[in-house]
Amino acid sequence: MIDPNAPGFWEGLFQVLLAGTGQTLYMVGVALLVTVIVGLPIGVILVGTEAGGVFERPFGSRAVGVVINRVLDFIVNLGRSVPFIILMVALIPFTRLVVGTFIGSTAAIVPLSVVAIPFFARMVEISIKEVDSGLIEAADSLGATRWHVVSKVQVPEALSSIILGLSTTVTSIINFSAMVGTVAGGGLGDVAIRYGYQRYSVIHMTAVIIITFVIVMILQAVATYFARRFARRSVDISRVDATNRSLFRSIRTRA
Amino acid sequence: MIQLQHVSRSFGRADNPVRALDDVSLDVAAGEIFGVVGQSGAGKSTLIRTVNMLERPDSGSVHVAGRTLTDLSVSELRAARRSIGMIFQHFNLLSSRTVRGNVELGLEIAGVDSKERSRRSSEILDLVGLSDKSGSYPSQLSGGQKQRVGIARALASKPDVLLSDEATSALDPETTRSILELVKTINAELGLTVLLITHEMDVVKTICSSAALLEQGRIVETGRLVDLISRPGSRLARDLFPLGPVAPRSGGTVIDITFSGGTADRPVISQLARTHGLDVSILGAVIETIGGSQAGRTRLELPGSPEANAAAIADLRSRDLLVEVVE
Ligand SMILES: Nc1ncnc2c1ncn2[C@@H]1O[C@H](COP(=O)(O)OP(=O)(O)O)[C@@H](O)[C@H]1O
Ligand SMILES: [Mg+2]
Repeated sequence: MIDPNAPGFWEGLFQVLLAGTGQTLYMVGVALLVTVIVGLPIGVILVGTEAGGVFERPFGSRAVGVVINRVLDFIVNLGRSVPFIILMVALIPFTRLVVGTFIGSTAAIVPLSVVAIPFFARMVEISIKEVDSGLIEAADSLGATRWHVVSKVQVPEALSSIILGLSTTVTSIINFSAMVGTVAGGGLGDVAIRYGYQRYSVIHMTAVIIITFVIVMILQAVATYFARRFARRSVDISRVDATNRSLFRSIRTRA
Repeated sequence: MIQLQHVSRSFGRADNPVRALDDVSLDVAAGEIFGVVGQSGAGKSTLIRTVNMLERPDSGSVHVAGRTLTDLSVSELRAARRSIGMIFQHFNLLSSRTVRGNVELGLEIAGVDSKERSRRSSEILDLVGLSDKSGSYPSQLSGGQKQRVGIARALASKPDVLLSDEATSALDPETTRSILELVKTINAELGLTVLLITHEMDVVKTICSSAALLEQGRIVETGRLVDLISRPGSRLARDLFPLGPVAPRSGGTVIDITFSGGTADRPVISQLARTHGLDVSILGAVIETIGGSQAGRTRLELPGSPEANAAAIADLRSRDLLVEVVE
């Protein structure tokens, strides 16, 4: 039991929260970066390798396109449906291979990325599918290559929706990052377990909840701001927002 | 300039195909505005999409500006498409780009440097009358303005041919008129060959010099408008200059007289009255100016049965008039 009146309690609390917040932001930030770098291309390829997509026939063969599509789709579904705690444990050998250890914030980035990539890739896929096929046709009529279609039409036109998807992704990464704390990943989850649970400190617990809440709020405000900017007043942002929310719900209930 | 030779295209399963195009041959001369009309589902969009090979024909060949597109490799085809502009019913503008950004899309794709791009887009935006909107986004424009941007985008890479897939079908009559006017200006000033498809006869009447009628994937009639109008039994001519349904009457003979070229200004009715002593009623008439000369048709009612009026009708026909007995 921790005594709030003991000398040095508040300094200690501040130190612990600062370190925890720093670790959480580090884990979430790097995992998010990895998620975007890997998830965006996967989403693009998922749409592209469907019938009629830009990568319908990789290397001139529709069969290759179908195989790529099925394999990615399977991996994405698998990644989304395995409970995080199981995924984390199952990934220990892989994590050790990549980072050298499976303990600590850096090691936690691996399972966090692995769980977020399929989630974000699906969001990207759905966002790009919403882009009017007439726009791709217009680009084709101007002599666009496949790369032009992706980089000048599909991604820019879906950007606003992708950013909103990213905001939901980051919220879930924060959510899972707290769980990582339970296996010595550090961060705010770790603070909550060690001080709030094991030493019954209501003050620590409350502080962790408030900080997490503030982080999520700020990130969502930033995402909404950029989504709105990229929407160029062309799409009704509330509609996109609603689509994303219902999408998130459907993904969550399926997972 | 554009030639389709025996082009066929089917969709769906092999055992029950939808023949969207069935042995279609078409020849559009350089500098012409050619209209393809037909009902919804006739295969018009498929037809125009084969011209720039957005739709690859199952058989037959496509020739545009001296190149056989059906023989080209994928990368050669991309280059060839730059000389074929296309505009769409729903404009298909990128909402993430400004008007200028949209116009420059094709130039970016072609690898034109940014200085040349902005010079070219300014020039084209001036031509379509949208210089003051270059920084706006499509969502801030009216339908007519959007289509002007579409036209500017299609023209930016200086194509030889402009394809238009129902480009005015989403616009109100007033805006349609101004867009057609613009297409006419472009055709005259830049010497651009235009192939347009539409289900609106008015569009054809307003700007086309030639037309084809597409029905269930087949071209059932084609020709220059001035020739079509005097072709006996022409469905295109009847659709272009409709007189409406015949009002049921008893005891009379209803005839349609088509005028064109030199016959347009003859005093037919007074001749009928004088020479044959007939009381002629005018049921309907339509006169248009096509290619600088007057053309049109008049629906008349003559008293008595067709047999009784045989002499009068023969007389009219002998004067080089196209006469059809409606009932
Ligand atoms: N991609 C496609 N897949 C299957 N059927 C198609 C496709 N495109 C067109 N069709 C069919 O071909 C016929 C002609 O279509 P279309 O060329 O769009 O006609 P129009 O433009 O004259 O309305 C229709 O029966 C349509 O259903
Ligand atoms: Mg159509």
